[in-house]
Amino acid sequence: METLEQIRGRLLARFPAAKVEMVLNPGVAAEHSLLLEAASGREIALFLRDDPALQLDYCSNATGVDWPAKETVETVKTTVPDPAGGPPKVTEEKIKRVTPGCLEAVYHLYSMALKHGPVVIRLRTANRSDQVMLPSLTPVWRSCDFQEREIYDLFGIVFEGHPDLRRLLMWDEFKDHPMRKDYVDPDDYEWEPTAHAQVLERAKAHFPAAPAAPKPEAPQS
Amino acid sequence: MIGEGSAPAPFGFAPGPSVRAVNDPFHGDLLEVSMGPQHPSTHGVFRMVATLDGETIVKLKPVFGYLHRNHEKIAENTTYLGSMPYTDRLDYLCSMTSNWAYALAVEKLAGQPVPDRAQYVRIIMAELTRIVNHACLVGFLFNDLGTSFTPLLYAFREREKIIDLFESLSGSRMMCNYQRFGGCRVDPSPEWLAAASKLVDNFPRFLDEYEQMLTGNEIMLARTQGIGRLSLTQAINGGITGPVLRASGGGYDVRKVDSYGFYPRFDFRVPIGAHGDTYDRYMMRILEMRESVKILQQAFRDIPSGSIMDPKAKLRGFRPKAGEAYGRTESPKGELGFYLISDGGPNPYRYRVRPPSLINLTLLEDMCLGHTVADSVVILGSIDIVLGEVDR
Repeated sequence: METLEQIRGRLLARFPAAKVEMVLNPGVAAEHSLLLEAASGREIALFLRDDPALQLDYCSNATGVDWPAKETVETVKTTVPDPAGGPPKVTEEKIKRVTPGCLEAVYHLYSMALKHGPVVIRLRTANRSDQVMLPSLTPVWRSCDFQEREIYDLFGIVFEGHPDLRRLLMWDEFKDHPMRKDYVDPDDYEWEPTAHAQVLERAKAHFPAAPAAPKPEAPQS
Repeated sequence: MIGEGSAPAPFGFAPGPSVRAVNDPFHGDLLEVSMGPQHPSTHGVFRMVATLDGETIVKLKPVFGYLHRNHEKIAENTTYLGSMPYTDRLDYLCSMTSNWAYALAVEKLAGQPVPDRAQYVRIIMAELTRIVNHACLVGFLFNDLGTSFTPLLYAFREREKIIDLFESLSGSRMMCNYQRFGGCRVDPSPEWLAAASKLVDNFPRFLDEYEQMLTGNEIMLARTQGIGRLSLTQAINGGITGPVLRASGGGYDVRKVDSYGFYPRFDFRVPIGAHGDTYDRYMMRILEMRESVKILQQAFRDIPSGSIMDPKAKLRGFRPKAGEAYGRTESPKGELGFYLISDGGPNPYRYRVRPPSLINLTLLEDMCLGHTVADSVVILGSIDIVLGEVDR
């Protein structure tokens, strides 16, 4: 099989408008991956499936990864020489840098026809709150059907073009996405709160009440 | 948007041949039946919502999640070794292969070598597990066909012998927790190997008897041949793996393709079906058991002496370097993979199980369309699912 660099080169030649980045894997396995854009993701996936040299006809694994915003603090030391001739002053400045968070969908592609692989492709959402749309690859590989539903369920990525995007494992009325890193367990796992004073109190503390609606005037009696 | 020249045929969700318009005046209304989650034929807490036209299935939607405990989240909050016993509970009939798949992924992540003896022991355990799984599956399949437990109990008699061996080695019959990163937990004694070897040598006799009883059975042939057909292109696109894929004619076995462990040292063949129907899926299991016996006999013959754990393997305080790895194995049900991302800490940052049972159900609807309810039970039985792995 071609190296990932060669595949990337061919993709860039074939889709000049698309952006394809290499994501290096620093680990021992060194399975590097290609980061695709949401806009051209499905086109490129189709190309990877149908290209005669690659024929990645089998999408083995599709999964999500949550990358919350990361705050890193860097300390920058600046040395200012003292004009009076004394020891130079050292000032420390702390710079906070925030790497914006995103949700990621990872696909492991293999070729059953040519028996090679894996080629790992990734797609990233713009953020973790409101722009969580990615193109669904289910029209390309049907094996993504349940797996993308699971990602939607557990991570909250919305796959555009998925034929039947519903929750897979959690129940339909469930609100949150449990595999996110900042997910907080409910204090009461029951869907219907049990009539148990303590549990209800804890649930109330956990979910603050919605602001009260303005009360209608009390009828005079 | 589709590029020129690629002439794609995205596999659509076209309705099967028997789907009729709902408001067809010449036929009665469609009936929606919910089968499960507490139904003996669904092999666990699995539910199918089937829409019926008379007795014919025109739509079928599987419903999951009754056994969901978010295994992945639990594993992300415990150490690498801490989730090893939890992998037993994925596919609770095949804990040895689940253990191996997880150990393989972690070893790939950490670059951990495995000594030769452990590689052989792993193959012995995996193939014994495959025999257990396939024998039970065939028994359960016949239960679904209505033979009321007779073949299943014959299979369970053989399974009992094998899981007694597992118990004497690992301390547990089903939840073995046997593999470790860089080897196995307990070294099998020569007596254990002799007992296992004797059992394996006797196994083909059981299989002959079993086949004599079942394979040519007229009811069996009538109920399985041509039922639940799956074409190869569909199966590949749907990510179907394992015996179900091979029954459709796909020659793809991770043992051969990835040649993980010491499988390249073994001489065995991968059976491939032609029709992709329920009967072929049944035959795949029978033939794979025979191949497993061949592998086991070679393993008992060639197993070297030596250490069973890599002396440099670190169990406590295990922190692989930051990075990611996807390790996959051929479990009895299909391709079982583990995708791990490490951030250098003691817990995996991301831990993902690629469950063959769940993904093999992707095309359940396609296989069932046009068949009767009774056939859908048999088709589901021939896919071979375990709900512990489907729902995780």
